[in-house]
Amino acid sequence: MLLTEKLIDFMGVRKIAGIGSIVLVIVSIVSLAFNSLEFGLDFTSGTSVRLSYSEAVVVQDVNQTLRVNGYENAVVVTFGSDRDIRVLLPVDETVAVGEQAAQAVIVGESIAELLQGASGSEITLLGSDYVSAKVGGELVESGGIGMLVALAIIMVYISVRFQFKFAMGAVVALAHDLIITLGIFSLFRIEFNLNTLAALLAIIGYSLNDTIVVSDRIRENFRRLRKGTPLEMVNISLNQTLSRTLITSLTTLLVLFSILFIGGESTQGFAVALIIGVVIGTYSSIYIASNVILYMNVTREDLMLPVKEGAELDDIP
Amino acid sequence: MLNKYPAWKNILIFIVVILGFLYSLPNLYPDDPALQISHELSELSSGDMPVITSALEAAEVDFFGEEVDSESVRIRLRNLDDQLRAKTAIEEALGDSYIVALNLAPTTPGWLQAIGAGKMNLGLDLQGGVHFLMEVDMDAALDRRMEDNQSNVRTILREQRIRSRGLNLISKSHLEVRFANAEDRSQARSELVDNFPELQIQSREAEGVFILDMRMTPATALQIQTDTLQANRTTLLNRVDTLGVSEPTVQQQGSDRIVVELPGMQDPAQAIRILQRIATLEIHLEAEPGAASLSYETYDYEGIPVNVDNGVVLQGDRISNAVFQLDQNSQPSVVLSLDAQGGNQMNRATRDNVGRRMDILLIETKSRTITSIDEDGEEAEDIEFYEEKELIMHATIKQALGRQFSITGLTPREASDLAPLIRSGSLAAPMTIVEQSVIGPSMGQENLDQGLLGVQVAAGLVVLFMLFYYRTFGMAANAALIMNILMIVAVMSSIIPATLTLPGIVGIVLTVGMAVDANVLIFTRIREELSEGALAQKAIDAGYNRAFTTIIDANLTTFLVAAVLYTIGTGPVRGFAITLMIGIITSMFTAIVGTRAIVNLIYGGKSGKTLSIGSFRMKAKQDDLKVAAGK
Repeated sequence: MLLTEKLIDFMGVRKIAGIGSIVLVIVSIVSLAFNSLEFGLDFTSGTSVRLSYSEAVVVQDVNQTLRVNGYENAVVVTFGSDRDIRVLLPVDETVAVGEQAAQAVIVGESIAELLQGASGSEITLLGSDYVSAKVGGELVESGGIGMLVALAIIMVYISVRFQFKFAMGAVVALAHDLIITLGIFSLFRIEFNLNTLAALLAIIGYSLNDTIVVSDRIRENFRRLRKGTPLEMVNISLNQTLSRTLITSLTTLLVLFSILFIGGESTQGFAVALIIGVVIGTYSSIYIASNVILYMNVTREDLMLPVKEGAELDDIP
Repeated sequence: MLNKYPAWKNILIFIVVILGFLYSLPNLYPDDPALQISHELSELSSGDMPVITSALEAAEVDFFGEEVDSESVRIRLRNLDDQLRAKTAIEEALGDSYIVALNLAPTTPGWLQAIGAGKMNLGLDLQGGVHFLMEVDMDAALDRRMEDNQSNVRTILREQRIRSRGLNLISKSHLEVRFANAEDRSQARSELVDNFPELQIQSREAEGVFILDMRMTPATALQIQTDTLQANRTTLLNRVDTLGVSEPTVQQQGSDRIVVELPGMQDPAQAIRILQRIATLEIHLEAEPGAASLSYETYDYEGIPVNVDNGVVLQGDRISNAVFQLDQNSQPSVVLSLDAQGGNQMNRATRDNVGRRMDILLIETKSRTITSIDEDGEEAEDIEFYEEKELIMHATIKQALGRQFSITGLTPREASDLAPLIRSGSLAAPMTIVEQSVIGPSMGQENLDQGLLGVQVAAGLVVLFMLFYYRTFGMAANAALIMNILMIVAVMSSIIPATLTLPGIVGIVLTVGMAVDANVLIFTRIREELSEGALAQKAIDAGYNRAFTTIIDANLTTFLVAAVLYTIGTGPVRGFAITLMIGIITSMFTAIVGTRAIVNLIYGGKSGKTLSIGSFRMKAKQDDLKVAAGK
């Protein structure tokens, strides 16, 4: 009787979806390997040039002048007053370690000269220094270890609450989301800074949330419905959770788009990363986690909890 | 009865809502821009206040609400633009030895302060301020420790009358002691093993010389690094306190770096001056009467000129510790401990000079900005370092002194300031600033305004959608959403004093998006129950019950991840993780318990058959039955 209902056959295209995802993941990894990420100044060392104008300065104009003259990656911020600016430049990789400070001085002078030529205001070079990255290598390392610890804890928790196959499904979906999001950042050369890092962490939360909700339904249906193949069970569960999946994605996207358009420049990277993450996360909770569970041959017996099972069955009218 | 909360539960929810409202209230009161004025070393005198007032009046700066205590004065100003102008005016009037710090003064009403409600701390990105990354020179710390070991070994060997043929520092972790014969060496070894548990001692022979290798173990080196970093952090904290910044952060980063963040501070030069303050002591003897005028310098001591001999009895780097203490007469004093060599030097110098006076000079390395005209005729600013010497003790030597003695005759404030100053000047390793950045207050305000607008618009859109899609139930979810935001703000303001940063705001916004998820789960379940033909009351109950495990599982997993991120992360990652964790807990409460209370109040115990939860399709089977029944 259940099969007479209108069901979208999500799992009918599981092979195509699986292949598509594998291709995307491979493209992402290749791009990350060759193209790397466009790290912001949070992660890289750079040169900081401090300048003082005799009149108030418009940051956009300075930005424009620098862009046109080959400093595409310069970041301009005001400090102290509206007449003082600080220009941050990524460090020139070809400069030897010991000579970075000397190089910074040369860069500072050429920038001061360039900006003086473009501005009617009198510019004083307050100083130019070599600054090291805000995020040291060890933080990246400990962050990596943290991710692994987090993944391990998730695996254990889901294995206990559900079953190992579901844990695999959740973790594969999570890795899928993170790799593809990073891949998109790498492919489109979007800057990766501390805000985007925070966004990645949020994606973990979101993706997990989605996957667990679907898994929860699959578990429930396996215990509740006597008939049907695992494939049918998964399809039914996906259909039952579909409206919730779409509504939650919609409300989250509403929020993210308002941050993107209103929240100001400094949160844009964050919003973009999360929008990508939410779209991929929604897709993966339907096609990836369930796919992995089916691929691992999930059976009714995997989820049978003798005592609890009887109790739950009694609940159903 | 189905769908009725007992009265106590409703009251409890009501109380939580009121508390959430009260404790988030202080955030609506904007801070006043303020200046905090203190003296570098001593207390403020009563003559300072009139100087400040007249300086402000001359600069035509409007001020009010002066708060004066013995250590500092806080003055509130009408607007932010006045702050820098007022600061310059006061600095010019009072001179170099005063610290004038930019500050923000809360305007929270007294009754809110009385119940412990306060404002959320804003991070640098939202308030503006100075950020420093300081690197501790660990090599210097290790070198220093090994040099201490070297001189201590020498002293012990001399005391035990063991002849050595020389002590050489091979590297910063390796000391070599040479002996003429094996007996001397084994005797030395048994003496040294007990005294240097932190060193690994090995015997070796080379070219007829008997050698003891004393090596610092990696574990010890690591311990020294940890201690040094800790000592430096403590010193920085003490110094930052003198700046009068409202919520400073002094945080360890990695194995050798310290992050200092001073919200609201706009003058990095001043911060550097305080942070980099270096102080050390020199111990001299008073010049003999009639000594050649080139052999001494004259200092002022409590108004009396004192001639201090140029010969240094003891350098400050022989001081291994300085502690503030009250002596037996309850007089404040600073107890100095010397290392072995320092103790010997002190003993030698004092035993032959009992009755003569000893002088202690405090030498502070300070920096000042000097403006000069360079060759192009332009003004150039430079930082110049200079030493300031002050005679802080002039006392008669009553007996031969050893490794420990105390400086007395200080005011409590001087003594408590002096101890950490000496410690930091002599103990911990030197630090360099590897990065500094200043975020202007206008930029911080802009970030804050835009972030808040983002939250408002986002919340508005979600509220409209929920209302449109779930009708009455959507209204309950919206009430829960607003309650949730209030509770997050309240928790962050008062219970867990977390600092709100830009990623933090986004974390809150995200919780707004995700918090409705729990309600979406519940409401879709209720719709499902209804579509399967359940009665209204039964559907509500079943919907909440069925969705409960799903919500718990989903939120608990996310919470675990946030907890891991909080433990391992620093800075922005931490800020984000904490808002996420708080958001998860409060949203579970509001979305499950909060909405249920509202739904129960509306529908509980009534016999109505329809629920206003938006449209849904009856299941095929039910439709068929209905059609069949209709015919």
